[in-house]
Amino acid sequence: MQTSAAVTFILAIISGMLVDNVLLSRFYGCCSFIGVSKKVESALGMGIAVVFVIIFASLICWPIYNFILVPLEIPFMDTITYILVIASLVQFIAIVIKKYVPKLYNSLGIYLPLITTNCAVLGVVQANTDMEYSFMLSMANAIGTALGFLLVIVVFACIRNRLESANVPKCIKGTPIALITASLMSIAFLGFLGMISI
Amino acid sequence: MANNKHEHLKNLTRGIFIENPLFVMILGTCPALAVTKSLEAALGMSILFMITLIGSNVVISLLKKLIPEAIKIPCYIVIIASFVTVIKMLCEAFLPELYSTLGVFISLIVVNCIVLGRAEAFANQNTVFDSFLDAIGMSLGYGLALVIMALIREILGTGGITMGNILTFIPYFSFVPLASYKLQFFQMPAGAFLVLGLILCVIAFYQNRKHEHQVVKERLIKQEQALLAAQNENKAPNVEVK
Repeated sequence: MQTSAAVTFILAIISGMLVDNVLLSRFYGCCSFIGVSKKVESALGMGIAVVFVIIFASLICWPIYNFILVPLEIPFMDTITYILVIASLVQFIAIVIKKYVPKLYNSLGIYLPLITTNCAVLGVVQANTDMEYSFMLSMANAIGTALGFLLVIVVFACIRNRLESANVPKCIKGTPIALITASLMSIAFLGFLGMISI
Repeated sequence: MANNKHEHLKNLTRGIFIENPLFVMILGTCPALAVTKSLEAALGMSILFMITLIGSNVVISLLKKLIPEAIKIPCYIVIIASFVTVIKMLCEAFLPELYSTLGVFISLIVVNCIVLGRAEAFANQNTVFDSFLDAIGMSLGYGLALVIMALIREILGTGGITMGNILTFIPYFSFVPLASYKLQFFQMPAGAFLVLGLILCVIAFYQNRKHEHQVVKERLIKQEQALLAAQNENKAPNVEVK
Protein backbone atom coordinates (compact mmCIF):
# COMPACT_ATOMS: atom_id res chain seq x y z
CA MET A 1 0.00 0.00 0.00
CA GLN A 2 2.79 2.33 1.03
CA THR A 3 4.84 1.58 -2.09
CA SER A 4 1.92 1.94 -4.43
CA ALA A 5 1.21 5.43 -3.05
CA ALA A 6 4.84 6.39 -3.57
CA VAL A 7 4.79 4.97 -7.08
CA THR A 8 1.64 6.93 -7.91
CA PHE A 9 3.31 10.06 -6.56
CA ILE A 10 6.41 9.60 -8.75
CA LEU A 11 4.36 8.62 -11.79
CA ALA A 12 2.24 11.75 -11.38
CA ILE A 13 5.39 13.89 -11.25
CA ILE A 14 6.79 12.32 -14.42
CA SER A 15 3.46 12.56 -16.15
CA GLY A 16 3.15 16.28 -15.32
CA MET A 17 6.73 16.89 -16.39
CA LEU A 18 6.99 14.99 -19.67
CA VAL A 19 3.76 13.45 -20.87
CA ASP A 20 1.37 16.33 -20.26
CA ASN A 21 3.95 19.09 -20.36
CA VAL A 22 2.70 22.40 -19.02
CA LEU A 23 3.97 24.53 -21.91
CA LEU A 24 3.85 22.25 -24.90
CA SER A 25 0.54 20.50 -24.41
CA ARG A 26 -1.43 22.54 -21.87
CA PHE A 27 -0.18 25.98 -23.00
CA TYR A 28 0.01 27.50 -19.49
CA GLY A 29 2.56 30.28 -19.28
CA CYS A 30 3.13 30.78 -22.98
CA CYS A 31 3.53 34.56 -22.61
CA SER A 32 6.64 34.23 -20.48
CA PHE A 33 7.73 31.25 -22.56
CA ILE A 34 7.94 33.43 -25.67
CA GLY A 35 9.03 36.59 -23.85
CA VAL A 36 11.76 35.42 -21.48
CA SER A 37 13.40 32.63 -23.46
CA LYS A 38 15.87 34.75 -25.40
CA LYS A 39 18.78 34.17 -23.03
CA VAL A 40 19.66 30.97 -21.21
CA GLU A 41 20.47 32.72 -17.91
CA SER A 42 17.19 34.60 -17.74
CA ALA A 43 15.25 31.50 -18.74
CA LEU A 44 16.96 29.57 -15.94
CA GLY A 45 16.20 32.34 -13.43
CA MET A 46 12.56 32.55 -14.49
CA GLY A 47 12.24 28.76 -14.41
CA ILE A 48 13.64 28.44 -10.89
CA ALA A 49 11.45 31.27 -9.60
CA VAL A 50 8.38 29.64 -11.14
CA VAL A 51 9.30 26.30 -9.53
CA PHE A 52 9.40 27.98 -6.09
CA VAL A 53 6.14 29.83 -6.56
CA ILE A 54 4.15 26.92 -8.03
CA ILE A 55 5.16 24.52 -5.26
CA PHE A 56 4.49 26.99 -2.43
CA ALA A 57 1.23 28.19 -4.00
CA SER A 58 -0.11 24.63 -4.24
CA LEU A 59 1.07 23.92 -0.71
CA ILE A 60 -0.92 26.89 0.61
CA CYS A 61 -3.95 26.92 -1.66
CA TRP A 62 -5.04 23.32 -1.15
CA PRO A 63 -5.63 23.75 2.64
CA ILE A 64 -7.21 27.15 2.07
CA TYR A 65 -9.75 25.67 -0.34
CA ASN A 66 -10.52 22.54 1.63
CA PHE A 67 -10.41 23.90 5.20
CA ILE A 68 -11.64 27.47 4.75
CA LEU A 69 -13.63 27.96 1.55
CA VAL A 70 -15.52 24.66 1.57
CA PRO A 71 -16.66 24.80 5.25
CA LEU A 72 -17.76 28.42 4.76
CA GLU A 73 -19.64 27.34 1.60
CA ILE A 74 -17.97 29.92 -0.61
CA PRO A 75 -16.02 27.70 -3.02
CA PHE A 76 -16.90 30.10 -5.86
CA MET A 77 -14.45 32.61 -4.37
CA ASP A 78 -11.56 30.30 -5.30
CA THR A 79 -10.10 32.33 -8.20
CA ILE A 80 -10.01 35.59 -6.23
CA THR A 81 -8.45 33.88 -3.21
CA TYR A 82 -5.84 32.09 -5.27
CA ILE A 83 -4.73 35.16 -7.18
CA LEU A 84 -4.37 37.11 -3.92
CA VAL A 85 -2.42 34.23 -2.34
CA ILE A 86 -0.15 34.05 -5.38
CA ALA A 87 0.44 37.81 -5.49
CA SER A 88 1.34 37.99 -1.81
CA LEU A 89 3.42 34.81 -2.04
CA VAL A 90 5.45 36.30 -4.86
CA GLN A 91 6.05 39.42 -2.76
CA PHE A 92 6.96 37.29 0.25
CA ILE A 93 9.38 35.12 -1.69
CA ALA A 94 10.97 38.23 -3.19
CA ILE A 95 11.54 39.70 0.29
CA VAL A 96 12.94 36.42 1.70
CA ILE A 97 15.29 35.87 -1.22
CA LYS A 98 16.43 39.49 -1.06
CA LYS A 99 17.28 39.11 2.63
CA TYR A 100 18.99 35.71 2.63
CA VAL A 101 20.21 35.08 -0.93
CA PRO A 102 20.87 38.52 -2.41
CA LYS A 103 22.87 36.99 -5.26
CA LEU A 104 19.89 34.97 -6.45
CA TYR A 105 17.65 38.01 -6.01
CA ASN A 106 19.85 40.10 -8.26
CA SER A 107 19.90 37.45 -10.95
CA LEU A 108 16.12 36.91 -10.82
CA GLY A 109 15.55 40.67 -10.82
CA ILE A 110 12.43 41.69 -12.66
CA TYR A 111 11.23 38.14 -13.29
CA LEU A 112 9.94 37.71 -9.74
CA PRO A 113 7.03 40.20 -9.91
CA LEU A 114 6.18 38.94 -13.40
CA ILE A 115 5.32 35.52 -12.01
CA THR A 116 2.07 36.84 -10.53
CA THR A 117 0.65 37.07 -14.03
CA ASN A 118 2.15 33.79 -15.21
CA CYS A 119 -0.77 31.54 -16.11
CA ALA A 120 1.19 28.44 -15.10
CA VAL A 121 0.86 29.22 -11.37
CA LEU A 122 -2.86 30.00 -11.31
CA GLY A 123 -3.47 27.28 -13.89
CA VAL A 124 -1.96 24.54 -11.75
CA VAL A 125 -3.69 25.64 -8.55
CA GLN A 126 -7.04 26.00 -10.31
CA ALA A 127 -6.65 22.65 -12.06
CA ASN A 128 -5.94 20.98 -8.70
CA THR A 129 -9.22 22.39 -7.41
CA ASP A 130 -11.26 21.65 -10.52
CA MET A 131 -10.03 18.05 -10.76
CA GLU A 132 -10.59 17.57 -7.00
CA TYR A 133 -7.13 16.09 -6.51
CA SER A 134 -6.06 14.82 -3.09
CA PHE A 135 -3.29 16.72 -1.31
CA MET A 136 -0.56 14.29 -2.37
CA LEU A 137 -1.72 14.21 -5.95
CA SER A 138 -1.95 17.98 -6.20
CA MET A 139 1.56 18.34 -4.79
CA ALA A 140 2.78 15.78 -7.34
CA ASN A 141 0.99 17.71 -10.08
CA ALA A 142 2.59 20.97 -8.90
CA ILE A 143 6.12 19.54 -8.71
CA GLY A 144 5.80 17.81 -12.07
CA THR A 145 4.41 20.90 -13.75
CA ALA A 146 7.05 23.17 -12.26
CA LEU A 147 9.92 20.89 -13.28
CA GLY A 148 8.40 20.52 -16.75
CA PHE A 149 8.26 24.30 -17.10
CA LEU A 150 11.90 24.62 -16.03
CA LEU A 151 13.05 21.87 -18.39
CA VAL A 152 11.25 23.17 -21.47
CA ILE A 153 12.04 26.86 -21.00
CA VAL A 154 15.77 26.13 -20.55
CA VAL A 155 15.96 23.77 -23.53
CA PHE A 156 13.98 26.24 -25.62
CA ALA A 157 16.28 29.12 -24.62
CA CYS A 158 19.30 27.09 -25.74
CA ILE A 159 17.66 26.40 -29.11
CA ARG A 160 16.74 30.08 -29.50
CA ASN A 161 20.32 31.06 -28.74
CA ARG A 162 21.42 29.03 -31.75
CA LEU A 163 18.59 30.43 -33.87
CA GLU A 164 19.89 33.96 -33.32
CA SER A 165 22.87 33.19 -35.55
CA ALA A 166 20.91 31.05 -38.02
CA ASN A 167 20.26 32.53 -41.41
CA VAL A 168 16.46 32.43 -41.65
CA PRO A 169 14.28 34.55 -43.98
CA LYS A 170 13.65 38.03 -42.64
CA CYS A 171 9.90 37.58 -42.20
CA ILE A 172 10.16 34.60 -39.83
CA LYS A 173 12.91 36.08 -37.67
CA GLY A 174 12.05 36.51 -34.00
CA THR A 175 8.71 35.29 -32.70
CA PRO A 176 7.46 33.30 -35.75
CA ILE A 177 10.51 31.03 -35.86
CA ALA A 178 10.29 30.65 -32.07
CA LEU A 179 6.70 29.43 -32.38
CA ILE A 180 7.58 27.05 -35.20
CA THR A 181 10.42 25.68 -33.06
CA ALA A 182 7.97 25.25 -30.18
CA SER A 183 5.72 23.31 -32.54
CA LEU A 184 8.57 20.94 -33.42
CA MET A 185 9.42 20.53 -29.72
CA SER A 186 5.80 19.75 -29.03
CA ILE A 187 5.91 16.99 -31.65
CA ALA A 188 9.04 15.64 -29.97
CA PHE A 189 7.26 15.56 -26.62
CA LEU A 190 4.41 13.61 -28.22
CA GLY A 191 6.80 10.69 -28.07
CA PHE A 192 6.20 10.50 -24.32
CA LEU A 193 2.45 10.24 -24.83
CA GLY A 194 2.02 6.51 -24.51
CA MET A 195 4.53 6.14 -21.71
CA ILE A 196 2.39 6.56 -18.61
CA SER A 197 -1.32 6.65 -18.01
CA ILE A 198 -2.74 7.36 -14.58
CA MET B 1 -16.40 68.24 -32.00
CA ALA B 2 -15.61 66.45 -35.23
CA ASN B 3 -12.06 66.02 -34.03
CA ASN B 4 -13.38 64.58 -30.78
CA LYS B 5 -15.51 62.05 -32.64
CA HIS B 6 -12.49 61.09 -34.69
CA GLU B 7 -10.54 60.42 -31.49
CA HIS B 8 -13.31 58.15 -30.19
CA LEU B 9 -13.38 56.23 -33.45
CA LYS B 10 -9.64 55.81 -33.28
CA ASN B 11 -9.89 54.39 -29.76
CA LEU B 12 -12.41 51.88 -31.05
CA THR B 13 -10.63 50.72 -34.18
CA ARG B 14 -7.07 50.76 -32.89
CA GLY B 15 -7.40 47.42 -31.13
CA ILE B 16 -8.83 45.63 -34.15
CA PHE B 17 -6.00 46.00 -36.67
CA ILE B 18 -3.13 48.37 -35.85
CA GLU B 19 -2.60 47.19 -32.27
CA ASN B 20 -4.21 43.76 -32.53
CA PRO B 21 -3.44 42.23 -29.13
CA LEU B 22 -2.61 38.75 -30.38
CA PHE B 23 -1.06 39.22 -33.82
CA VAL B 24 0.79 42.51 -33.31
CA MET B 25 1.47 42.80 -29.57
CA ILE B 26 1.68 39.01 -29.02
CA LEU B 27 -0.20 39.09 -25.72
CA GLY B 28 -2.62 36.52 -24.39
CA THR B 29 -1.10 33.62 -26.29
CA CYS B 30 -1.99 30.92 -23.75
CA PRO B 31 -5.77 30.88 -24.30
CA ALA B 32 -5.27 31.64 -27.99
CA LEU B 33 -3.34 28.43 -28.44
CA ALA B 34 -5.54 26.34 -26.18
CA VAL B 35 -9.11 27.21 -27.17
CA THR B 36 -8.72 27.48 -30.94
CA LYS B 37 -9.24 23.78 -31.54
CA SER B 38 -12.78 24.48 -32.65
CA LEU B 39 -14.47 27.59 -33.99
CA GLU B 40 -17.21 27.46 -31.38
CA ALA B 41 -14.84 27.35 -28.43
CA ALA B 42 -12.97 30.33 -29.88
CA LEU B 43 -16.24 32.26 -30.31
CA GLY B 44 -17.31 31.42 -26.77
CA MET B 45 -13.94 32.47 -25.38
CA SER B 46 -14.13 35.77 -27.29
CA ILE B 47 -17.56 36.51 -25.85
CA LEU B 48 -16.46 35.79 -22.26
CA PHE B 49 -13.27 37.76 -22.79
CA MET B 50 -15.19 40.73 -24.17
CA ILE B 51 -17.54 40.89 -21.17
CA THR B 52 -14.60 40.71 -18.74
CA LEU B 53 -12.54 43.34 -20.53
CA ILE B 54 -15.44 45.79 -20.86
CA GLY B 55 -16.36 45.35 -17.20
CA SER B 56 -12.84 45.69 -15.85
CA ASN B 57 -11.90 48.60 -18.11
CA VAL B 58 -15.04 50.58 -17.19
CA VAL B 59 -14.75 49.94 -13.45
CA ILE B 60 -11.02 50.67 -13.31
CA SER B 61 -11.50 53.87 -15.25
CA LEU B 62 -14.31 54.88 -12.85
CA LEU B 63 -12.09 54.20 -9.83
CA LYS B 64 -8.88 55.58 -11.27
CA LYS B 65 -8.74 58.48 -8.79
CA LEU B 66 -9.54 56.30 -5.76
CA ILE B 67 -6.92 53.60 -6.31
CA PRO B 68 -3.62 54.46 -4.59
CA GLU B 69 -0.59 54.35 -6.86
CA ALA B 70 1.39 51.96 -4.62
CA ILE B 71 -1.10 49.06 -4.66
CA LYS B 72 -2.74 49.57 -8.02
CA ILE B 73 -1.78 46.20 -9.53
CA PRO B 74 -3.38 44.13 -6.69
CA CYS B 75 -6.47 46.35 -6.94
CA TYR B 76 -6.73 45.75 -10.68
CA ILE B 77 -6.28 42.02 -10.20
CA VAL B 78 -9.05 41.84 -7.61
CA ILE B 79 -11.44 43.79 -9.86
CA ILE B 80 -10.63 41.56 -12.83
CA ALA B 81 -10.91 38.40 -10.72
CA SER B 82 -14.38 39.44 -9.49
CA PHE B 83 -15.60 39.87 -13.06
CA VAL B 84 -14.12 36.53 -14.05
CA THR B 85 -15.84 34.83 -11.11
CA VAL B 86 -19.21 36.31 -12.10
CA ILE B 87 -18.73 35.23 -15.70
CA LYS B 88 -17.62 31.78 -14.68
CA MET B 89 -20.77 31.28 -12.63
CA LEU B 90 -23.02 32.64 -15.39
CA CYS B 91 -21.32 30.40 -17.93
CA GLU B 92 -21.67 27.35 -15.71
CA ALA B 93 -25.39 28.05 -15.29
CA PHE B 94 -26.40 28.96 -18.83
CA LEU B 95 -23.79 27.39 -21.12
CA PRO B 96 -22.55 24.28 -19.30
CA GLU B 97 -21.11 22.78 -22.51
CA LEU B 98 -18.95 25.86 -23.06
CA TYR B 99 -17.93 25.77 -19.40
CA SER B 100 -16.71 22.20 -19.60
CA THR B 101 -14.93 22.78 -22.92
CA LEU B 102 -12.99 25.86 -21.84
CA GLY B 103 -12.43 24.48 -18.35
CA VAL B 104 -9.63 26.16 -16.47
CA PHE B 105 -9.09 28.73 -19.20
CA ILE B 106 -12.09 30.74 -18.01
CA SER B 107 -10.32 31.28 -14.69
CA LEU B 108 -7.12 32.05 -16.52
CA ILE B 109 -8.68 35.19 -18.04
CA VAL B 110 -7.62 36.75 -14.69
CA VAL B 111 -3.96 36.48 -15.60
CA ASN B 112 -4.44 37.27 -19.28
CA CYS B 113 -1.86 39.94 -20.03
CA ILE B 114 -4.27 41.86 -22.26
CA VAL B 115 -6.78 42.66 -19.50
CA LEU B 116 -4.15 43.83 -17.03
CA GLY B 117 -2.25 45.57 -19.81
CA ARG B 118 -5.26 47.60 -20.94
CA ALA B 119 -6.04 48.52 -17.32
CA GLU B 120 -2.51 49.73 -16.79
CA ALA B 121 -1.90 51.34 -20.18
CA PHE B 122 -5.30 52.80 -21.00
CA ALA B 123 -8.12 52.65 -18.46
CA ASN B 124 -6.29 54.36 -15.60
CA GLN B 125 -5.54 57.44 -17.71
CA ASN B 126 -8.63 57.88 -19.85
CA THR B 127 -12.33 58.66 -19.47
CA VAL B 128 -14.91 55.97 -18.89
CA PHE B 129 -16.35 56.27 -22.40
CA ASP B 130 -12.95 56.02 -24.06
CA SER B 131 -12.05 53.00 -21.94
CA PHE B 132 -15.34 51.38 -22.92
CA LEU B 133 -14.58 51.92 -26.62
CA ASP B 134 -11.02 50.70 -26.15
CA ALA B 135 -12.27 47.53 -24.45
CA ILE B 136 -14.71 46.83 -27.30
CA GLY B 137 -12.01 47.40 -29.92
CA MET B 138 -9.40 45.29 -28.15
CA SER B 139 -11.75 42.40 -27.51
CA LEU B 140 -13.04 42.49 -31.10
CA GLY B 141 -9.44 42.37 -32.30
CA TYR B 142 -8.65 39.47 -29.99
CA GLY B 143 -11.85 37.68 -30.99
CA LEU B 144 -11.05 38.17 -34.67
CA ALA B 145 -7.58 36.72 -34.15
CA LEU B 146 -8.99 33.71 -32.26
CA VAL B 147 -11.60 33.09 -34.96
CA ILE B 148 -9.00 33.22 -37.75
CA MET B 149 -6.81 30.71 -35.92
CA ALA B 150 -9.74 28.46 -35.07
CA LEU B 151 -11.03 28.50 -38.66
CA ILE B 152 -7.66 27.36 -40.00
CA ARG B 153 -7.26 24.69 -37.33
CA GLU B 154 -10.79 23.33 -37.50
CA ILE B 155 -11.02 23.22 -41.30
CA LEU B 156 -7.63 21.57 -41.71
CA GLY B 157 -7.93 19.38 -38.63
CA THR B 158 -11.47 17.99 -39.06
CA GLY B 159 -12.15 18.64 -42.72
CA GLY B 160 -15.03 21.05 -42.21
CA ILE B 161 -17.01 23.04 -39.68
CA THR B 162 -19.39 21.81 -37.02
CA MET B 163 -21.50 24.22 -34.98
CA GLY B 164 -24.05 23.88 -32.22
CA ASN B 165 -22.28 21.36 -30.01
CA ILE B 166 -20.77 23.82 -27.56
CA LEU B 167 -22.69 27.06 -28.07
CA THR B 168 -26.09 25.48 -27.68
CA PHE B 169 -28.04 28.61 -28.68
CA ILE B 170 -26.80 28.18 -32.26
CA PRO B 171 -28.81 25.61 -34.26
CA TYR B 172 -26.76 22.48 -34.92
CA PHE B 173 -25.21 22.10 -38.31
CA SER B 174 -22.28 20.14 -39.58
CA PHE B 175 -20.53 20.66 -42.91
CA VAL B 176 -17.62 18.27 -43.19
CA PRO B 177 -16.92 17.62 -46.88
CA LEU B 178 -13.25 16.73 -46.44
CA ALA B 179 -13.59 14.42 -43.45
CA SER B 180 -11.53 11.67 -45.07
CA TYR B 181 -8.66 14.10 -45.80
CA LYS B 182 -8.39 15.61 -42.34
CA LEU B 183 -4.94 16.37 -40.90
CA GLN B 184 -5.07 15.40 -37.25
CA PHE B 185 -1.89 17.38 -36.70
CA PHE B 186 -3.74 20.70 -36.64
CA GLN B 187 -5.95 19.58 -33.77
CA MET B 188 -2.90 18.79 -31.67
CA PRO B 189 -0.93 21.31 -29.56
CA ALA B 190 1.91 21.28 -32.10
CA GLY B 191 -0.51 22.46 -34.77
CA ALA B 192 -1.54 25.42 -32.62
CA PHE B 193 2.05 26.64 -32.32
CA LEU B 194 2.61 26.14 -36.04
CA VAL B 195 -0.55 28.02 -37.10
CA LEU B 196 0.22 31.00 -34.87
CA GLY B 197 3.84 31.04 -36.07
CA LEU B 198 2.80 30.99 -39.72
CA ILE B 199 0.20 33.75 -39.24
CA LEU B 200 2.81 35.95 -37.54
CA CYS B 201 5.17 35.14 -40.39
CA VAL B 202 2.64 36.28 -43.03
CA ILE B 203 1.98 39.49 -41.09
CA ALA B 204 5.71 40.18 -40.78
CA PHE B 205 6.14 39.53 -44.52
CA TYR B 206 3.52 42.14 -45.45
CA GLN B 207 4.85 44.62 -42.91
CA ASN B 208 8.37 44.24 -44.24
CA ARG B 209 7.13 44.74 -47.78
CA LYS B 210 5.17 47.83 -46.77
CA HIS B 211 8.22 49.15 -44.96
CA GLU B 212 10.43 48.57 -48.00
CA HIS B 213 7.89 50.32 -50.24
CA GLN B 214 7.91 53.25 -47.86
CA VAL B 215 11.70 53.41 -47.86
CA VAL B 216 11.76 53.39 -51.65
CA LYS B 217 9.03 56.02 -51.79
CA GLU B 218 10.88 58.26 -49.33
CA ARG B 219 14.05 57.92 -51.36
CA LEU B 220 12.19 58.87 -54.54
CA ILE B 221 10.63 61.88 -52.84
CA LYS B 222 14.04 62.96 -51.56
CA GLN B 223 15.53 62.66 -55.04
CA GLU B 224 12.68 64.70 -56.47
CA GLN B 225 13.16 67.36 -53.83
CA ALA B 226 16.87 67.43 -54.46
CA LEU B 227 16.19 67.85 -58.17
CA LEU B 228 13.71 70.65 -57.51
CA ALA B 229 16.15 72.33 -55.15
CA ALA B 230 18.88 72.08 -57.76
CA GLN B 231 16.56 73.58 -60.36
CA ASN B 232 15.61 76.37 -57.97
CA GLU B 233 19.26 77.10 -57.26
CA ASN B 234 19.91 77.29 -60.96
CA LYS B 235 16.97 79.60 -61.37
CA ALA B 236 17.60 81.75 -58.33
CA PRO B 237 20.77 83.49 -59.54
CA ASN B 238 19.03 84.26 -62.83
CA VAL B 239 16.21 85.95 -60.96
CA GLU B 240 18.69 88.02 -58.98
CA VAL B 241 20.50 89.02 -62.11
CA LYS B 242 17.27 90.31 -63.59
